Amino acid sequence: MTVHNHIHPHQQDIEDTPFTEKMLLAQAVEELIIKKGLTSPEKLREQIEFLDSREPAIGARLVAQSWLDPVFKQELLDSVNQAAHKIGIDTGEVPIQAVENTDKIHNVIVCTLCSCYPRMLIGLPPDWYKSREYRSRTVREPREVLKEFGTRISDEIEICVHDSTADLRYIVLPLRPKGTRSWNIDRLAKLVTRDSMIGVSQASIQ
Amino acid sequence: MNKAKYVKGDKIKISSLFPPGHVRTPFFIRGKNGIIDYFWGTYPNPEELAYGREGVPGHPLYKVKFKQFDLWENYEGSPQDSLSIDIYENWLEPIK
Repeated sequence: MTVHNHIHPHQQDIEDTPFTEKMLLAQAVEELIIKKGLTSPEKLREQIEFLDSREPAIGARLVAQSWLDPVFKQELLDSVNQAAHKIGIDTGEVPIQAVENTDKIHNVIVCTLCSCYPRMLIGLPPDWYKSREYRSRTVREPREVLKEFGTRISDEIEICVHDSTADLRYIVLPLRPKGTRSWNIDRLAKLVTRDSMIGVSQASIQ
Repeated sequence: MNKAKYVKGDKIKISSLFPPGHVRTPFFIRGKNGIIDYFWGTYPNPEELAYGREGVPGHPLYKVKFKQFDLWENYEGSPQDSLSIDIYENWLEPIK
């Protein structure tokens, strides 16, 4: 057995940093809405758990299904909420619009005003999606931003940036990679990444 | 303001206004020319909702499409590159 003869730096616990004003505000609002009887601790926890259970695998299943079934794809393009509901996925009440990549157009999503994001289908947004840099540069120089994600789109293809400024949320239907003709839904769904549904990358076999 | 004033293909300009308060029209799009791409329906007015009011009457909401070259000087990309954005009717002006 080796002798433990060095000192480790103190690792901070959550309580070692002071509460921020926003943390206190959230705590105060939570206590207030419970005291006022607007909700209960159980209902609040259920809602948090529901939001935490949202993950890119949900969106990936929808995309893979749309690759396999043209009728479902059309339903998805007409209304993501209704199409998802049909296969047992609850997407909440905020309308979600799917935008389809083709050999003529590549779509990418941003929210320049805040960080609107299709949370119900792919979970919480990554930090970069909320950054000032992503929000300001994606509308101004989308091709440069995509390059930084390792995504090069031919000049022949239109890049359409969707700025979700209002009541709708967007999700990109990436192009189905070539060479996946006989693949089943589980195998296809694994190709559909979070970033490909934001539009900063493409689905690929590698 | 419940009936949609514009249809797909209409040429519009985004109002070049700078009112105080909460609005959902980004600065970079104000004063720019675009084309109505889709009518989404009528939604509660966000400029009222933001202050705890009901947002009634609702505002018609449109998807408006712009050519990137019409938005930015020295845009580096393809001529067909576009930007699509959701804008409420009170921010749209017809282009004759």
